[in-house]
Amino acid sequence: MKRSLPLVMLLALSLAPPVRAATEADYKTAYAAAEAASREAAGLRHQWTTTVSTLAAARKAADGGDFDRAFAAAKEAEALAKASIFQATSEKEAWKAMEIR
Amino acid sequence: MKRRATILLGSAFVALAALAFASPRVVAADKIDPVADARAFENFFFQKFPNVKHEDFVNGPYSMNGDMKRQWQEKEEFPPYEFALDAGKEMFSTPFKNGKSYADCFPNGGIGIRQNYPYFDEKEGKVVTLELALNRCREANGEAPYSYVKDEMASLTAYMAFTSRGKPMDIKIPDDPRALAAFDNGKRYFYTRRGQMNFSCASCHVQSPGERIRAEILAPALGILNAMPIYRSEWSGMGTTSRRFITCNSQTRAVPLEPQADEYRDVEYFLSYVANGLPISGPGARP
Repeated sequence: MKRSLPLVMLLALSLAPPVRAATEADYKTAYAAAEAASREAAGLRHQWTTTVSTLAAARKAADGGDFDRAFAAAKEAEALAKASIFQATSEKEAWKAMEIR
Repeated sequence: MKRRATILLGSAFVALAALAFASPRVVAADKIDPVADARAFENFFFQKFPNVKHEDFVNGPYSMNGDMKRQWQEKEEFPPYEFALDAGKEMFSTPFKNGKSYADCFPNGGIGIRQNYPYFDEKEGKVVTLELALNRCREANGEAPYSYVKDEMASLTAYMAFTSRGKPMDIKIPDDPRALAAFDNGKRYFYTRRGQMNFSCASCHVQSPGERIRAEILAPALGILNAMPIYRSEWSGMGTTSRRFITCNSQTRAVPLEPQADEYRDVEYFLSYVANGLPISGPGARP
C-alpha cells in the first residue's frame, strides 16, 4: 500500500494536462470578458479603482509580451468587476439596513 | 384533535396580528419624510455623544476629542485657510470683464447666504449647490468655469461661508416630488456601500465617528458640511465639498463620479438638510 501511493501519484501527474503558457489569444479573450464586466460596473456607477488599475496592468503586461501575466491580470480584473456588479446589485436594497431611523 | 386545531388557530391569529402591526412600519419606512429623517439623524448623534454640545458637531473631529480641540483652537488664531479667505474676498469683489460681479448672481449680493445652499431649483428640477451656482454665474458672464475641487473655487466658497459664519443651516425641501426624490437619492447614496473596501459614507461617519482610522479621527456626519470648504493638512491646501466627496470615494477604492454629478448634488442636499439648525462654521481646518 505504502509503495503504491507514489506510483499512483506519478501516474496521476503523467496523465494531467501539461501546464502551458498563456497565448495572446488567451489574453485577448480574458481581457474582452474583463472589459465587458468593467463597462457594466461603470454603467452601474459602482466601478472600483482596482478594476481599472488591474485592467491597465493587463494591457501593460501584454504590450511587453508577457501573456502569462497579462492573462492572470485580466482574469483578476474580471473577478473584481463582477464583485463590484454584485455590490451594486445587492446594495439596491441592502443600504436600508444601515439607515438611521 | 380539538387541541391541535386550537393551537393552529391561535398561531394563525398571532401571525396575522404580527403582520397587521408590521405592515404600517413597512409603508412608513418607504415613504419619503425628510422631517422625520432629520429628527432621527440628529437624535442618533445627540444620544451617541451626550456630552457634545449640539452646535459643536459642526467642528467635526474636534468635537470628538478634547486634545485635538485644544490644538485646533490655538491654530485658529492663525488659521491655515486665511490666505484662501483673503483671495476669495478679492476675487468676489473683482468685476468680470463685462463689468458685472458675483454679487449680481446671488440674493443679498452673495453675502451671508451660504446657509441656504444647496437648494432645489424647481425650474431645472435638480439640486443646485453653491459651487455649481458660482460656476454658472461665471459662465453667464462670459468667464471660464473654475475647477470644482480646489484653488479658486475653494477660495470663493471660503469667503462666502465666512460671511455666513454662525448662521444656522437652512435648507428647504419644496413641496415637489422631484425635490423629495433628490433628498431620497442623496440618502441612498450616503448609506450605499461602494468601492473594494465595501464602505459607505455611513460606515465611517455614522458607525465610527470619534474612532481612529489610521492616524485620523473620524468626524460625525451630523454637520459635516457646515465647515466646508476646508484646509486639510493632508492635502496641503484647500478643498471644496466636491473634493471631499471625490476623496472619500477614492479612499474606499471606488472610482469617483464627476464633480457635481447628480448623486453628489443629492447627497450634499441630504447632508445639509439633516444639519438644519446647526451653525455654518466654514471655512474649516482639518488634519
